[in-house]
Amino acid sequence: MLKHETLEKNSILLLIGILIVVSIGGIVQISPLFWIDSTIEKVQGVRPYTPLEQAGRDIYIREGCYTCHSQMVRTLRDEVERYGHYSLAAESMYDHPFQWGSKRTGPDLARVGGKYSDQWHVEHMINPRSVVPESIMPAYPWLAERKLDTGNLAERLKTLRAVGVPYTDEMIEKAEADLKAQIDPDSRAARELLQRYPKAKVANFDGKADGEVTELDALIAYLQVLGTLVDFTSFDASGPNLR
Amino acid sequence: MANTAVERRAFSDVVAVLGCGLGILLGLFLAAGTSDSVMSFHGALLVLAGVAGAIFILRDSFGKEDAFAEEGYFDGPVKVALIAAVFWAVAAFLIGDLVAWQLAFPALNFDLPWTSFGRMRPLHTSAAIFAFGGSVLIGTSFYVVQRTCHARLAGRWAPYFVIWGYQLFILLAGTGYLLGVTQSKEYAEPEWYADLWLTIVWVVYLLVFLGTIARRREPHIYVANWFYLAFIVTIAMLHIVNNLALPVSLTGTKSYIVFSGVQDAMTQWWYGHNAVGFFLTAGFLGIMYYFIPKRAERPVYSYRLSIIHFWSLIFIYIWAGPHHLHYTALPDWVQTLGMTFSVMLWMPSWGGMINGLMTLSGAWDKLRTDPVVRFLVVSVAFYGMSTFEGPLMSIKAVNSLSHYTDWTIGHVHSGALGWNAMVSFGAIYCLAPWLWGRRGLYSLRLVEWHFWISTVGILLYITAMWVSGILQGLMWRAYDSLGFLQYSFVETVEAMKPFYLIRATGGLLFLIGSLIMAYNIWRTIRGDEPVDAMEQPRIAAAPELRPVPAE
Repeated sequence: MLKHETLEKNSILLLIGILIVVSIGGIVQISPLFWIDSTIEKVQGVRPYTPLEQAGRDIYIREGCYTCHSQMVRTLRDEVERYGHYSLAAESMYDHPFQWGSKRTGPDLARVGGKYSDQWHVEHMINPRSVVPESIMPAYPWLAERKLDTGNLAERLKTLRAVGVPYTDEMIEKAEADLKAQIDPDSRAARELLQRYPKAKVANFDGKADGEVTELDALIAYLQVLGTLVDFTSFDASGPNLR
Repeated sequence: MANTAVERRAFSDVVAVLGCGLGILLGLFLAAGTSDSVMSFHGALLVLAGVAGAIFILRDSFGKEDAFAEEGYFDGPVKVALIAAVFWAVAAFLIGDLVAWQLAFPALNFDLPWTSFGRMRPLHTSAAIFAFGGSVLIGTSFYVVQRTCHARLAGRWAPYFVIWGYQLFILLAGTGYLLGVTQSKEYAEPEWYADLWLTIVWVVYLLVFLGTIARRREPHIYVANWFYLAFIVTIAMLHIVNNLALPVSLTGTKSYIVFSGVQDAMTQWWYGHNAVGFFLTAGFLGIMYYFIPKRAERPVYSYRLSIIHFWSLIFIYIWAGPHHLHYTALPDWVQTLGMTFSVMLWMPSWGGMINGLMTLSGAWDKLRTDPVVRFLVVSVAFYGMSTFEGPLMSIKAVNSLSHYTDWTIGHVHSGALGWNAMVSFGAIYCLAPWLWGRRGLYSLRLVEWHFWISTVGILLYITAMWVSGILQGLMWRAYDSLGFLQYSFVETVEAMKPFYLIRATGGLLFLIGSLIMAYNIWRTIRGDEPVDAMEQPRIAAAPELRPVPAE
């Protein structure tokens, strides 16, 4: 019979014992998520982010927005009424890393896309209390003044492709053009962008006339796409959702 | 033989200096060869660290005969860790209280990137958990493993590398957050290069710890060391898996995590909950298992209980992560499994609490007479409370109310302030006179003040968060008589204001307490005579200065 004394007198056996015991839970809970198909049910409409949206997402992460905002509508009656359809796993399948969050000091943002105008977002970012007097959100005035750093834009998309986001060669090649096109409505480049990234919102997000892409443009482009890609008027939770 | 020992030491000196040189070269490469300004700043930090390390090694050892004497316990790294712990405690509480006031008065964000809540809050959590908690864990583990093994710490420079390398990691992480460099995975925010650096430090830490155990002159490995060992290896596993990322460029700070969406969420909370389970629980139980019996001068209550609760604790904890993801897009089977194990976790947690508290059997009077014992014991009581609250909050029905609210924040702080910080304070108050060879602490009465001020602070904090959390959770789901949601979101934010003020006040008290500790420890280390030596127990003095009890 194995006595505990054996482990207490041999540090390597103790170490191995610990490693075995602490590995089991993770193996059982995490690894099946990579091969059980129903973990992420297929839904139509989910696509990789446009270069501008992805750049906005990187800013969202940089500023630590996740410390106060979740992006996960739970399957609870009040949440569905307040925020919209509960979040599907597929909706964050291209999110590296996920932004589900853990605290709602501010409201959930999983379906904030389209809820407010671009102009509202501009004012809200520069001074949240100008549009929501009781808000306790910090102001982010520097976003409107900073030019978006696009130095390694294509490398970022390539890296994302390497970890599993299906960016095509064309998307990566046209990354810089697509980024500029998204703040240039009614242009030929914008029409090309929309073919590559259906449902993308094309607008001069920050409202400035100079045509320069600011960090605020990127962030608002990201916020405006959140939760808008799946068409829930034709979504059927009980069946295959390929329509 | 003596000759080969000297040669071996000289060899390790050369290796250590070469290591510093490598660090300097790598730092220069990063500082000069990148267009990423944060990366060049961090490269410069690495250069400075390498230069400082090389000077330290060359000044202290080369050409000095007595530097080769390696006898007795190796407490230099422990002293560094203790001072770092006190410094980071004050820093973490200061930043924490600042962000608490920011939530009450948003103007305190100053409209600047570096001071806004989103960047300061990770700075607070990392400073508290990793800088303060980590320094306490490294310092106490190095102290405890030597005493319980009757062996000198393994390695000549390795223990110093562990503690200083860890401090460098904290600097890379913390300055990175303020400059906008983050992975955004909670409690795993540092970017890929800081993660790699921590991995190197951590492997050396494990080797030093195991090497010391291997040298032991006791047949048995003491229970505190089981917990420290479980903490070190499990954190290594969690850290490596959760931080698997692909950098955009080798000279840039940005990377993307290899996992996405639901798998990333599960991996993150497997990590996140076990940062609690192994960093903040297993490691700190190691502290409890040494310092409570030592300070109370009583044996551990039950040997069998320690075996049972050790193995069940480390087995069950790993399963608890999914309770952070109830009612989300995570598959239901994982949520239910996570909840089940979280509820089961109550028992091994209380096994530890019972073993800690009952160690006071026959010495309960010390709770009244020795505020250091009181810190240690009350911390275990807080541990018991928050490990009851945790399983409760992991039940799906409760979680649907508590999740995303301040209740979680209150729960975390009853654990972090009540358990982790208080048991650390107890250990720090024990260690300062023991390490520096003093007859006692500078002032036991100041410890008394520290205890009561911080206890009142914690109570204000957690009661405010209970009320605000449950209030906000109820407001979110409230319906009016016509069946509409009763409150807009911002109305529920407005309702939080009084509680945010109470919480920030509680935090301020806790900060004041830590400043009192810093003053007391500083006077103790400086060698000032204790002002209340007669009131201090004999165990307060360094081992060599303890009065021999009368026969």
